[in-house]
Amino acid sequence: MDKLLEILSENSSFTPKELALMLGEPEDYINAQIREYEQSGVIKGYQAIVDWDKVPDAGVTAIIELRVTPQRETGFDSIAKRIMAFEEVTSMYLMAGAFDFSVMVKGATMQDVASFVARKISCVEGIKATATHFMLKTYKIGGLSFVEDDDENDRRSMVL
Amino acid sequence: MIDYGEFINDKIKQVKPSGIRKFFDIAIEMDNVISLSIGEPDFKTPWHIREAGIKSLEKGKTWYSPNRGFIELRKEISKYYKRRFNVSYNDETDVLVTVGGSEAIDLVFRTLVNEGDEVLIPEPAFVCYTPLTYMAGGTPVVIQTKAENNFRLTAEELKEAITDKTKILVLPYPNNPTGAIMEREDLEAVSEIIKKHNLMVISDEIYGELTYGGKKHISIAELDGMKERTVIVSGFSKAYAMTGWRLGYALGPAEIIGQITKLHQYGIMSSPTTAQYAAIEALRHGDDDVAEMKSDYDIRRRLIVGKLNEIGLTCFEPLGAFYTFPCIKSTGLSSDEFATRLVKEKRVAVVPGNAFGESGEGYVRISYAQSLKNIKKALKRIEEFVEELKNESKG
Repeated sequence: MDKLLEILSENSSFTPKELALMLGEPEDYINAQIREYEQSGVIKGYQAIVDWDKVPDAGVTAIIELRVTPQRETGFDSIAKRIMAFEEVTSMYLMAGAFDFSVMVKGATMQDVASFVARKISCVEGIKATATHFMLKTYKIGGLSFVEDDDENDRRSMVL
Repeated sequence: MIDYGEFINDKIKQVKPSGIRKFFDIAIEMDNVISLSIGEPDFKTPWHIREAGIKSLEKGKTWYSPNRGFIELRKEISKYYKRRFNVSYNDETDVLVTVGGSEAIDLVFRTLVNEGDEVLIPEPAFVCYTPLTYMAGGTPVVIQTKAENNFRLTAEELKEAITDKTKILVLPYPNNPTGAIMEREDLEAVSEIIKKHNLMVISDEIYGELTYGGKKHISIAELDGMKERTVIVSGFSKAYAMTGWRLGYALGPAEIIGQITKLHQYGIMSSPTTAQYAAIEALRHGDDDVAEMKSDYDIRRRLIVGKLNEIGLTCFEPLGAFYTFPCIKSTGLSSDEFATRLVKEKRVAVVPGNAFGESGEGYVRISYAQSLKNIKKALKRIEEFVEELKNESKG
């Protein structure tokens, strides 16, 4: 994999100057490369990774499995487009396996999420079944551990 | 009351405790310290290597191994040295598996040194050579390598240090703490003198896998006429992130390895069995892991070296191991003061260069066996520290 992408995907806060140092390339080249990735859509954006468990009143998150009937001509995409348009939906994937879509939804309360599924998602044409799973605890996102354990603490001892 | 002093060996009483430890002890008392002081990979042993150890335990392989180590492992070590460093060793007679490279170093000194023999030790260097030489009855003779030579050992420096009592040269490259390496022409120059003066070399190649900038580690044993006067000590700790397994080895002429083995046999018997099974897996299927870790170290190395130079702590380009050795003389502080204030004021732990010999005064050792995230944070703090020092001296 491209080293630049690898580093940025782990931590996008490095400056072009730092990236240039790390990769042994001129800063101009790094800037051009990043611009190219952004323009071609390889890099979609930059976001902070937030531990919402630590934020008061941050609401709840659920993963909803959807089974759907693919539409003539457009297959899964037209259904996906309608569902992803809801602002409550934060991520969405087409899956192989026992169900078709995995949809991540954020809401203020469990009731909010439940009613969103019942009133909005279930009503979209082609939806056969839904199963809602509420998230209880976050362990890891984007390669970052959310657990204060051995991985976070330097347990190495000085021996000599 | 018993006067224990009467019972304790006079020599061991003279041995000073390691200077690296002192700063660690300060750091461990404080919260939120980023340690760039540790000489051990931050990576965990790759899973398939750990698994090989676990499987051997599940199968109940919990007995002693042969004194020299399992023959499968010795075969792999011998193949590995041929493959990576182009030196051939007979797995039956030239290889001894030890408890870490450290045991190998100790054994070689005790096997080769007679009372009064002089052992040449280029410094700055890892802290064990001097006390172990001394305990073996030898006289440690320090060669101060110089920043202007990128801390390589030059033929002139070697020549000057040789007397008629000189018997051994320790060659600690790739070097801890400086990150210096010896390239082929450097080795060729010193090997002429080694041969001329009939010296033996103890080549500590524990960091042999970790070289950068397109440079490959050259073992002095590969040079003409040098294999027969070199004992290589190395191990699995640094390359495979296997420090806690405690496994290393000595490679050398059959006669010397045979004598070392006696000492190993009486003192240790055999190296850890589980670790040996893991090490076999490491040598057979670990090349990609080494390459991956090395590539990560390299990215960190470039960032640190670039930033330190920018901050004004000039730093020659270290081409080996996982240390940088910036000069801190521009701050007006001694190595000790710099390291103490940095950890107290900015919560970043580094090791003062003089812990590795007098010639390290004016430098600090910064280890990049630390996550990129923490390195970035630590560099920011070091930058603030140096800025504040500048303002202090102005005010």
